[in-house]
Formats: sequence, C-alpha cells, structure tokens
Amino acid sequence: MKATVAEKLEQRLPGSVRCASEFRGDVTVTVRCEEIARACGILRDDPDLAFDMVIDILGVDMGRPEERFEVVYNLYSLRNREYVRLKVLVDEHDLTVPTVTGVWPGANWHERETYDMFGIVFAGHPDLRRMYMPEEFEYFPLRKDFPTMGIPDSLPLPRR
Amino acid sequence: MPVRSAEDSKKSRILSALEDQDTTVMLDDALENEMILNMGPQHPATHGVLRLLVRLDGETVMAVVPELGYLHRGYEKIAEASTYHEFIPHTDRLDYLSPISNNVAYCLAVEKLAGIEIPERAKYIRVLVCEMARIASHLVAAGSMAMDVGALTVLLWTFREREKILDIYDVLCGARFTTSYARIGGLQQDWDERCTAMLERFLGEFRGDLLEVENLLGTNRIFVDRCENVGILRREDAIALGITGPILRAAGVPRDLRRDRPYLVYDKLDFNVITLTESDALARFYVRIAEMKESASILRQALAAMPAGPYRADDPKKVVPRKERIYTRMEELIQDFMLVNMGIDPPVGEVYQGTESSKGELGFYIVSDGTGHPWRLKIRSPSANNLSALPLMLKGCMISDIVAVIGSIDPVMGEADK
Repeated sequence: MKATVAEKLEQRLPGSVRCASEFRGDVTVTVRCEEIARACGILRDDPDLAFDMVIDILGVDMGRPEERFEVVYNLYSLRNREYVRLKVLVDEHDLTVPTVTGVWPGANWHERETYDMFGIVFAGHPDLRRMYMPEEFEYFPLRKDFPTMGIPDSLPLPRR
Repeated sequence: MPVRSAEDSKKSRILSALEDQDTTVMLDDALENEMILNMGPQHPATHGVLRLLVRLDGETVMAVVPELGYLHRGYEKIAEASTYHEFIPHTDRLDYLSPISNNVAYCLAVEKLAGIEIPERAKYIRVLVCEMARIASHLVAAGSMAMDVGALTVLLWTFREREKILDIYDVLCGARFTTSYARIGGLQQDWDERCTAMLERFLGEFRGDLLEVENLLGTNRIFVDRCENVGILRREDAIALGITGPILRAAGVPRDLRRDRPYLVYDKLDFNVITLTESDALARFYVRIAEMKESASILRQALAAMPAGPYRADDPKKVVPRKERIYTRMEELIQDFMLVNMGIDPPVGEVYQGTESSKGELGFYIVSDGTGHPWRLKIRSPSANNLSALPLMLKGCMISDIVAVIGSIDPVMGEADK
C-alpha cells in the first residue's frame, strides 16, 4: 500500500513525494505543498487506488522553527477499503496551501476548521470563514502559543 | 417620526402604527420576494444548538447555510493539556446519546498508538456496550424524527425502550449518561451477571416493541408523506462529501467499518450491512430501524460467545491496576501513582482509528511526542460531516421539510461542535 501510493504519485507527478512511512499499519505519504491538489486528484481518479472519500483534513502545530505546521489529509477508498494519509508541511511565514475542495466538495468544512484553528489559508477555497470561533476572534486557538485557559477579553461580548 | 398627510391623520393610531414602514412588507409578487430566515440556535427541531440561515422564496428553500460552533468547548485543546486517561470522561460529552461507544472509540485509538492488546473478554464486552449504544441512539433518532414531523407518541415509546438500556448502563458502570466505562487496555469493571439477565429480558421484548413503532409510523400517511422524497442526497454527492453512517447507507453505499475495517471482534460476528437506495428522509429512518434489529442480533451472538477471563490487560506500564490492589499492594500503588502523574508512555508516532458509531465514522487521530499527553488529538466527528450535506439536501424543499431532514440526519451538536 505504501509503495503503491508513493510510486503512483512519483510516476505521475515526478518530485512530488518527499517521503513515505508506515506506523502501526497506517500509511503516511508526505507530499510537496504546492502539489497537494494535483496529488489528491490523481489518487481519486486512479482506477486502482480510487480514494473517493475524504474522511478528514486537520492541522498540527509541530512547534518547530521551520515548517511549523502540518496539514494531514485522511483519505478512504470505498473499493479497496483502505485508508491513506497525505501530509504537507507548511512554513509559518507562508501559510498558504492549495485547496482540495475541487477534488472533494467534502473538504470544504474540514479546511474551514483547519483555517479556524491554525490560520492556514487554503488558496482557492470558495468560502474560507471560521468554523467554530466567532468571526471577530483574532487568534488561532489550537496553535501551541495559544494558552489553554484562553486570552482574557479575546472574545467579543455583546455591548450593553 | 414620518410626517403624516391629512388622510393618514383620519385613521386610528393603531392602524397607522401597523402601516408603519418597518412593520408592513409590500408584496408586489410573492414569488419575486426572497426572505432570509434565521432558524436556531435556540429551536427545538434543530436538536441542540444548530443554527441555519435559510433563504426562502415563498415557502421554497433556495439556499441554506448551517452555522456551527455554539457548543464548541475546545476538547482538542483540552486533550493536549490532559493525560490519555484524563481525556476519557470528555469523550462522553461528544456524542452524548451514545457516550459509551465514544469511550470505546477513543480507547481503541490510544491502544493502537501504545500497542496494547486487550483480552478477548474485554473485546466482547466492548461490542456489547457499543451495540447497546447504537440501539439507544437510533431509538432517540427515530423518536425525535417522528416528533419533529408531528408524531409525539413514538418519542415516548422509544424513550421507554432506551430507558431499559440506560438501566443496564447503570448496573454496569454506575452511570446512565456519562458512563466513562472504557479504560485504556480494557474496561472500568467486569460485565455484571445481572446485566446479562437485564439484556436478555430487553432483547426478548425489543423485537415486538420495535415492530409496534415500525407499524405505527410505516402505515401512517402523514409521516410517510412528510418524509418520502424529502431531503434527497444523490449517491455520488454523498461519497464526495464524505458522508458516513446511516445516511450513506440509505444512499446505497454499503460502507460499514465494522465489516470493512473490522475492529474488536466484529469479524467473528454475523450481521448484515443495511442499504437502501431511495436516499430520502424515510429511507434513513428505515435504515436505522433495520440496523437496530441487526444490533439486537449482534448482542445475542456476543452474549452467547463471550468467554471468561480478565477484562483488563495486564500491562503495568500502561494499564491502570484494579482498585482493590492499589489499596493493598505496594507495586500496584506505585504503578497507579506513576500512571496518574506521568501518564502512559506511548512511542512517538501518529495513528488514526475509525469506528462505526451510530452517527457514522467516529475517529480519533492522535499525534504522540512520546510523553503522557497527546501532542495533538483530532476528533473526526460524523455529525459535523453529515451536516455539511444539509445545503444540498434542502435545496428546493419546502420550509416544513427542514425539520424532517434535520431529524433524518440525526446530528448531535456536542459531537459536531466538539
């Protein structure tokens, strides 16, 4: 599984795969950030792989000086009954990732949630608003530099 | 205050107030005028705090925008500040209609990360509680959907049945709703023999009681008319949107993680994956009814096949010891102290474990940095994902269909908002 996904991507999009790994039976393929939408399109349309469902898209703040954020795409193939994870690394200074809403419309809300929690901007997203937090909120709560107890006065309260 | 003409001053003051610009809407042609209606977050038919912005043309729904986040409690952030054990009670509050299967789903993810193999008996007990949770949750879904379209009787009947399951939970773990029953590596306590008798009595009565519900609603002209051909979601749209659970199966896609990616002992149990092809609100109702029958069959098989043995793995570095041993033995006391203060020590890595909960695929994605706290925990909530199909389902429906369609999705906002 690990070999097939990585091989297919490397074959169709040379240079797009950065590394592939397997842990506890879960396959993770790290893809170069700018190729993610094309890579997802290939995984969906390939007749052998047929990853036709996007189960989840999420962000991770790894707390590293370089390539601080990860965006993880959890895909599922109905025919092969297989999962695969794609991962892109995002630098703090350039938080833009191409959207995959054109590949799966279901990515819409997942990407909104990732934007809401980490501030990662999905270029080309049709409706990139905050998902859970109010629109006026200025912070990105799941970043590691946001305190668990919250920031006083950060939530706008109704005026008297 | 607008200046009134002489003609206006002849009218009564109430009439002129009624004709004030703010209160009077002029309709040249009713169909040309669109109206924005705000539904929720405080609305009995939105099953919690779901908010919908509805664009209406007369009574026809032109567009719907769901707004989430009114019950957002930041569980993913809380998880990063608590040990793996400490997070178990928080999972109760996700899908609060089937808390016990959330506990199991979370513990399965942690066990996959830490590489803990749980005893066979614990697996069977987990299957039993998960299927009881599925029946309880589907009962609420069926009852509240019927109530939303006007049939209050069914809600009372289904809640009466659900009460029997909650009574079993009560004996099993001492709580009816917030169970926190699963533990990393097993369960809080062993299956009680009293529960076997209670469950057998429940299963004996359940078939007849469910048939009553089915007959009452399936032959009810009002219920069928209000749900049939309402909220249709095409098969390919459901797949592309990542919809899971009964909604996907009602659209004709036989996806059930219990069969497709077996966890626990589901590969040893015999059950059918229910699919229908109509993909309307009525089909979702019937899928849930049929799934309850399958769950009852799974419960019978699991009760018969449950082996004797330990209910918690013996792995002192990762699994909390039994309470009476903590109080009487030195080693167990030290283990308990270390586990409570430091937490378990999983390897560095990341895992995803998905389970088929009553609403769809409930999954936990855990990134571990090797310490006792998750570095990142992502809850893949089926309710939020299923709600994203609402704009498609409701386009072109009548305004009165909105409640029937929300009822057929069966969202739990505790899970959707996290």
